[in-house]
Amino acid sequence: MSRLIKFLSSLKLTVVLLTAGLVLIFIGTLAQVHEGLYNAQVRYFKSWFIVGVTLFNTKMPWLVLPGGYALGTLLLVNLSVAHFTRFLWTWRKSGIFMTHLGLILLLLGQLGTDILSTESAMRLEEGETKNYSEDFHANELVFINKSLSSDDEVIAVPEKFLAAKQPITNPQLPFIVKVKEYWPNSYLTNFGPFIADALAKEGFVRNTADQGIGTKVMVLPMPVVTAMDSRNIPSAVIEVSAGGATKGSWLVSSQTSAKQTVEHDGKIWELALRFQRHYKPYSFTLLDFTHERYPGTDLPKDFRSRVRVVNPSKSEDREVEIFMNNPLRYDGLAFYQASFEPGDTVTVLQVVKNPGWLTPYFACLLMGLGLTVQFMIHLVGFVQKRMNPAPVAISGKKSSPRKN
Amino acid sequence: MKKNWPWLIFAIFALEVLFSLKPRADKPDNFQIREWGKLPALANGRVQPFDSLARNCLLVIRGNTDVPLEGNGANGKWGKWEELDAPLSERKWYQFSQHPKKLAPAEWLLEVFSRAELADTRPIFLIHHPELLGELKLQAKGVEKSGLRYYTFNEIRPSLALMEKESKSVGAIKAELRTPYQRSLMALHTGLTTYLRLKNSLKPERSADFAAELGQFEKMIPAGFKAIRAQQTGQEFDKELFEKFLGYAEPYAMMAQMAYPLIVPPVQPFQKKSDWANVGQSLMEGIRAGEVPAAVHSHAAMATAYAQGKPAEFNRALADFRASLVGKLDTELKKGRQEHLFNQFLPFYRSMMIYVVALILAAASWLNWSENLNRAAYRLVALGAVVHTAGLIFRMFLEGRPPVTNLYSSAIFVGWGAVLLGVVLERIFRNGIGSVTASAVGFITLIVAHHLALTSSTGDTMEMMRAVLDTNFWLATHVTTITIGYASTFLAGFLATIYVLRGVFTRTLDEATAKSLSRMVYGIVCFATLFSLVGTILGGIWADQSWGRFWGWDPKENGALLIVIWNAIILHCRWGKLCGERGLMNLAIFGNIVTAWSWFGTNMLGVGLHSYGFMDAAFRWLMIFNVSQIVLIGLGCLPERFWRSGMGGTASGTAPLKSQTT
Repeated sequence: MSRLIKFLSSLKLTVVLLTAGLVLIFIGTLAQVHEGLYNAQVRYFKSWFIVGVTLFNTKMPWLVLPGGYALGTLLLVNLSVAHFTRFLWTWRKSGIFMTHLGLILLLLGQLGTDILSTESAMRLEEGETKNYSEDFHANELVFINKSLSSDDEVIAVPEKFLAAKQPITNPQLPFIVKVKEYWPNSYLTNFGPFIADALAKEGFVRNTADQGIGTKVMVLPMPVVTAMDSRNIPSAVIEVSAGGATKGSWLVSSQTSAKQTVEHDGKIWELALRFQRHYKPYSFTLLDFTHERYPGTDLPKDFRSRVRVVNPSKSEDREVEIFMNNPLRYDGLAFYQASFEPGDTVTVLQVVKNPGWLTPYFACLLMGLGLTVQFMIHLVGFVQKRMNPAPVAISGKKSSPRKN
Repeated sequence: MKKNWPWLIFAIFALEVLFSLKPRADKPDNFQIREWGKLPALANGRVQPFDSLARNCLLVIRGNTDVPLEGNGANGKWGKWEELDAPLSERKWYQFSQHPKKLAPAEWLLEVFSRAELADTRPIFLIHHPELLGELKLQAKGVEKSGLRYYTFNEIRPSLALMEKESKSVGAIKAELRTPYQRSLMALHTGLTTYLRLKNSLKPERSADFAAELGQFEKMIPAGFKAIRAQQTGQEFDKELFEKFLGYAEPYAMMAQMAYPLIVPPVQPFQKKSDWANVGQSLMEGIRAGEVPAAVHSHAAMATAYAQGKPAEFNRALADFRASLVGKLDTELKKGRQEHLFNQFLPFYRSMMIYVVALILAAASWLNWSENLNRAAYRLVALGAVVHTAGLIFRMFLEGRPPVTNLYSSAIFVGWGAVLLGVVLERIFRNGIGSVTASAVGFITLIVAHHLALTSSTGDTMEMMRAVLDTNFWLATHVTTITIGYASTFLAGFLATIYVLRGVFTRTLDEATAKSLSRMVYGIVCFATLFSLVGTILGGIWADQSWGRFWGWDPKENGALLIVIWNAIILHCRWGKLCGERGLMNLAIFGNIVTAWSWFGTNMLGVGLHSYGFMDAAFRWLMIFNVSQIVLIGLGCLPERFWRSGMGGTASGTAPLKSQTT
């Protein structure tokens, strides 16, 4: 046991872990070129182990590396154990203590962020009002009960059930849904009798839907994309049946917002595949989006959105401006000016929920302060030593002190 | 005398620097081109004097800011280009007696603006790829200078159509995937575009006497405007007048599209500060308003006077124009004068030269240990640092920004930080090491900065900041701290390089020197850890403020983290006595590789949010640098018996390190 503690608290382990971290970050950064920022992040930094690495176009499927979680945890253990066993508190080391404490806080905070934070986007046209944001990566199949007068009843099915191609049932759903076809990334286009062949040559395929828009469009299956600012547009053909009788099959896709409905027991249900929504108890209206450029150039100088926030529960109704480096923090969320669409009438706000957003600030304060304190202690010691030099053997004239 | 010569050298250089700040004027009877060069214009989104515009455009087109008019021809003849036979070459470095006439940048710009046919005969287009030269059939032509070849617009003119076609197809290829030939082609294309736009910025290229032409045009405006209106509404109109008027207006409409700088200032009371226009636009506007704006008349008068060789008229028009700007455009006029002085001062070029001399003196001082050499070196480094600092502050003042705004200024700032730390080390240890590192790092980073300026597509190093970066607070805190972190990590690496080089190749690395070097490296690594950590964290906070996440594993962020981790590794190795003195040195040298990667390598990946500082040709240099550092580490690992100084004893991990409480 004591040997284990000695190992876990050893400085050698620290150095080894730091070096492994260095290698991991380097490889994980290079991997972003091939795998895309998001995927590389998940595979290298938000993981326990990485199996198989491609570096400089060389595949190394046999290579197994410890992931970010593994190294982070080990460092945390190493640091904590060292502090309880090996370290003796002295004033001379107070800076080191603070730095390490900050580091622990930072690691824990980032772990918390990883687990608790969510990111989504709110795309608003000028004049448009929304009370939800949309997920960056996740999609959902929804059935909306339109026959209710007030709140729509929404039953949402995550995309992974589509990918699994298994029958979908839900106690609230009066019918069974079968997934006939599924494309994780796709592009839809309308076709007529004359261009169907031409489209087919380009790779577009017919789908098996016999209801709704599916009969009018062809689907281009596309490779799954990983790049930072691109996203996959899934499409699927689903068959709806109730009591053994088939109601028909529909093409649903995140690309289109066309309304498609199915009737059952006198109730109208709308069905759609869409970006997963996060509803809020308040709404945003984009009043104005402005995009300034430097005169005579296309270089963006400033873009900002003027937004009206309406929150009935707080009887709040006010206007705010969200622009670069100036987010709106509201209701535990932060809204950032993220992007816009050509034409300068559509803004995209990034919506981030991160309950632990303050921890890095404290961690940084501690670490910065700790290092400064330690540096000052060293500096003062160094200067004092130079003021009262101890008799040092000076070899020859070579390094004898000189006046400049 | 013998004792004072270090001061003498210092005084010579200091005087030269002061002299460069002396205001200069052209002779009263000549064209007042210096004054013209101070006139403000708007280009690249910012107000700058014509002089800056000229320099930046020349950088893009020619790669430097000189336009020589004379040189060597066949059979060793010296003279003007047009009087010589091929092969032509610029002054060789050993031709001390020859002083070729040159066009100052502003004079060149005025010539392009107003005497395009003459400007077409100046050898300014740099083409260095042999394949491209073959493609354009230019091998036997051009002016040669140290292996580079410069061509006139007239020589390239026959290939313009070919260039247009080729650049279109190459333009479709992603910048980072282009071959050297394609890059060279695109560089020439950028240069040609810039040149063609400049030629059509002040007047239509073909107009000989623009001032007179404008006068006639202005008289015709009311009738011409009426004719156009009539033509558009299908009524009867004077066909001859209509055609004649269009004959004027069409080239102006083209200028409105092509012109590069916006040279018509917003002098009307209703105009905003940013409402600059190009000549074409304001002439189009003039048709509606019924008259040609006064500023256009002034520019035309100057252009015509210059083209006809009438200095008195030129100077009068210039004085009138400047007087018309006083009041409303005082700040712009002042900005023009200040930036002109900055261009004349050339602080970074001057400090680079001073660092070279200091480096030579300091290195020589180790050979014979002359204290005077060392003193002279130290004083020069200090002078270089002063000029460097002055330049940095001047730049900040002109831009109204913190010191680091782009990759170019980060190089300048890294150099500055390292030089300052080096000077401090020299003050403390007084053994020449601080001087050598300071001057070496200062020189290298300024060279790097110079080449970074060349990679910009506009040549402007004071370009405007994209919206996301447009925040002085974060530029001042995060960017500055992280850059100091880079600077100090490099400095530690260079100190370690000195240790290794002196240890392996000379006998000058005695125990005291070795120990002081080791203390310097340790101290600087501590300093570097502090700054790179704080800088990285501030970066995270900025990211949290502007994108909503503290850390996104973006390449540039990872690069900064690598530096922090590497410095932490060095410190922990030393504290844990896992490495000795030589181990520390080798680790510090590896820090150079980590820093170079973080600074430049991450920009070459072309992914992520930070890759705004992209540049393509530098990858090879980065690799050369890395290999050189690995060679140094290899030397540092040589067994003790290969060390001429015999100071390799503490290389192994278990070697006792005298506990130092520094």
